[in-house]
Amino acid sequence: MASSSTRFQVDAAADGRQVLSIFGDWTVFTVAEVEEKLRQSKITPEAILDVSGLGRIDTSGAYLIDRAFGALDGIDDPITIQGEHPSIVRVLGRVRKASPAAPPDPPRVPGMIALLDRAGRGAVQAWTEFTGLLSFIGETMATMWRLVLNPRRIRWKSVVAVMEDAGLDALPIVCFLSFFIGLVIAFIGANLLAMFNASVFTVELVAIGMLREFGAVLTAILLAGRTDSAFTAQIGAMKMRQEIDAMRTIGLDPMEALVAPRLIALLLMTPLLTFAATLAGIAGGMVAAWSAMDISPQMFLSRFQEVVPPRHFWVGIAKAPVFAIVVAMVGCRQGLLVEGDVVSLGRRTTTAVVQAIFLVIAIDAMFAVLYYMLNV
Amino acid sequence: MTVADALPARETGGPTNGEIAVRVRGLVNRFGPKTVHEDLDLDMRKGEVLGVIGGSGTGKSVLLRSIVGLHTPNAGEIEVFGQKITTLSRAERIKVERRWGVMFQDGALFSTLTVRENVMAPMVEHTRIPAPLMRELADLKIRLAGLELEAAPKRPSDLSGGMRKRAALARALALDPELLFLDEPTAGLDPIGAGKFDELVRSLSNALGLTVFLVTHDLDTLAATCDRVAVLSDGKVLAIGPLDEVRENPHPWIQEYFSGPRGRAAVR
Repeated sequence: MASSSTRFQVDAAADGRQVLSIFGDWTVFTVAEVEEKLRQSKITPEAILDVSGLGRIDTSGAYLIDRAFGALDGIDDPITIQGEHPSIVRVLGRVRKASPAAPPDPPRVPGMIALLDRAGRGAVQAWTEFTGLLSFIGETMATMWRLVLNPRRIRWKSVVAVMEDAGLDALPIVCFLSFFIGLVIAFIGANLLAMFNASVFTVELVAIGMLREFGAVLTAILLAGRTDSAFTAQIGAMKMRQEIDAMRTIGLDPMEALVAPRLIALLLMTPLLTFAATLAGIAGGMVAAWSAMDISPQMFLSRFQEVVPPRHFWVGIAKAPVFAIVVAMVGCRQGLLVEGDVVSLGRRTTTAVVQAIFLVIAIDAMFAVLYYMLNV
Repeated sequence: MTVADALPARETGGPTNGEIAVRVRGLVNRFGPKTVHEDLDLDMRKGEVLGVIGGSGTGKSVLLRSIVGLHTPNAGEIEVFGQKITTLSRAERIKVERRWGVMFQDGALFSTLTVRENVMAPMVEHTRIPAPLMRELADLKIRLAGLELEAAPKRPSDLSGGMRKRAALARALALDPELLFLDEPTAGLDPIGAGKFDELVRSLSNALGLTVFLVTHDLDTLAATCDRVAVLSDGKVLAIGPLDEVRENPHPWIQEYFSGPRGRAAVR
């Protein structure tokens, strides 16, 4: 039997033909040792292969030998073999049948053009995403209109399930975070306003901030992160497993069965969550004011009633349904856009969260401009 | 089962000198109250194509998963190439793993990689082959598995079911394994595609001297590729031997399996 060290040598036979003698194991784990040298040594297609020193051989080893004899350049003469080996002929034969043609090099695009190419594609994609979302909202509104005309088709079971999942279960985290934001605002106000001897205005700062902005935006951002990803993943997984196709074939409208319940549930729950978040935030401000500025809760609340008009509450809560629509629509749409593979599920989930948070903040800014112009 | 007791599993001539590639002794697998394998014994010889059949839920796939170490059995010994895989150290296990290739039922190709990269993945992990040669070798495996090279740069999601199976076979062949596990390789293929796949498995096992563990429901595959057939039932190997011999076994399930209309057509 052969030694295990993989090597080869080229000699000249008596009749002037080359003899390629191979020794040791020629397997996928050893071919790296001889590849370079074998490629450099010029073997003619007529050469004789001496296998008397060969150990084990597999397709990788056979491929290397076949390549050395010029199989890749279209030469298809059988290799003359000298010596005995149990499997070389069969393995060589099988490899010869499957030897690939020389692979073409992939075309390379210069860096600058590739950059412009990507920028252009990105811009077009952003635009199509925007129009796609608008048309999806339109489609959903049409579905909702049909449901209004025929309310018995609303799937209350799913609605309630989503209300629990996206609303009730989100309540602790929403309140908790809002409480801390209220606390932080109060502390910032305490230091800043103390410079003007106006610590007591902390009440207005916290109350107006929470009522107008933070209650609604914080809730929407949390929903975007928590619920949007869930919507996309749920619907996307159904899409991947062809459940959506199955629904269509038995006459179930996915818009009606999947999208509408989620939208209805969020439309109902987002204002409630916003309300709870606002309360928690104000409570946080109250705690901070009490501990840092000796403003007692009674004083806080009485000043709150004196100086904060209720319109601030309506300004904030009015945004909640809009955010609900954004979150539900983005999540459901991205879920329905998932394709057959796992990668697209991950990409779509990311896109859903990013898009929803972006839209929530952009729309909040538009509301701010609108309210400023309306003077509310 | 009384019939099984009366006619114990018979051992008859396989294709080679009778060296054992896989030896399973006293395998027990339970999932909660459900017993899948009860004291199961199985010998697989080097160089043979062993077809494993059995009704749904008789633990064919669990047996495969136990042998390749994806599932830890409740009891029993499994030896692959004479080494007990349950007690091997990490380094020794890797050595054994390099000698087998597994093809999963749905391909289980890495969806983020192209077909070529999928085939290269085991080579990257286990060998030090320079990248250009590795590409060429991957292309060779892809061709060996019966795919055209146009498929090499594609992602698994862009392939048809049959092409995915071939790509999965190419990945299983990446390290030129001695032992190949195929889990329902022809399920979901059209009869022509399935027939070609059978031929492919047979010709690869002949040319490369592969030992093949083939879980299947497909009677045509059984008839076309297998040297021996093992029937799983009641947590045991009910019968093992060449197809013609197993067919004669009087056990009711085996009779129903082979003498149903589909069975008769396939083994005629």
